[in-house]
Amino acid sequence: MTEIVGFCVAAVVLVGASLAVVLTPNLFHAVLWLAAALVATGGIFLLLDSPFLFAVQLLLYAGGVVTIVVFAIMLTERLVGASIRQTSRFVFSGAVLAAAVFAAIMGFVLQGGAVARPIAGGDQLRELGRALAGPFGVPLQLLGVLLVIALLGALYFARAED
Amino acid sequence: MPLAAYLVLAALVFVIGLFGVLTRRNAVGILLGIELMLNAVNINLVAFARFRADLAGLVFTLFTIAITVAEVAVGLAIVIVIFRVRRTIEADHLDLLRG
Repeated sequence: MTEIVGFCVAAVVLVGASLAVVLTPNLFHAVLWLAAALVATGGIFLLLDSPFLFAVQLLLYAGGVVTIVVFAIMLTERLVGASIRQTSRFVFSGAVLAAAVFAAIMGFVLQGGAVARPIAGGDQLRELGRALAGPFGVPLQLLGVLLVIALLGALYFARAED
Repeated sequence: MPLAAYLVLAALVFVIGLFGVLTRRNAVGILLGIELMLNAVNINLVAFARFRADLAGLVFTLFTIAITVAEVAVGLAIVIVIFRVRRTIEADHLDLLRG
């Protein structure tokens, strides 16, 4: 019962905030709505018995990504000297295409049968740590390399002109 | 809640993000749409991990979250550079590479 109520609340907030992200004309407001959508996604993770991912979602996404985007907007707006209005184009064809993709995905979802939800078992965090240190060890290291390269690249792009 | 409920929710968020990517003129707005799409993928991964009792979905979600952060950092750095050079971040005006 709690799960149904929680899912409905999180789903309404998530879909509403997502619509606001793509429809609001004020770019800054769009970022704030994105933060709301990301927190609602964290709520979905909680409903799926993944409290660790909820924490990661809040720290990295709702904390990190939103902060970076806000900084970028403030920098560009400051350079322009006016608040950036953002407009949309091709609204009708965009909506038609999005609806078509949604219908196609629904076709796949409806083909699948019902899956029983297994009982949550064991210490998920411990298992996750073992998986990251064992079978997923090499990808994890590569991820660290990717992050360093990406941040160095971003630093190189955004450096002051000399 | 059944698995299908989570999948439908993720599909909704995905197509909303797709709509944003297709219709926004502003490069930052397009990036926000991409964020929504990646977010929907994460919901799918976690839902499948939970319903199939397979930890790999959670590990993949961690990876996609970290990659997304890197992608946003590089994307916004590019936006700022483009803005410095062209004084605009309207995607329609950025046709430098068009032959």
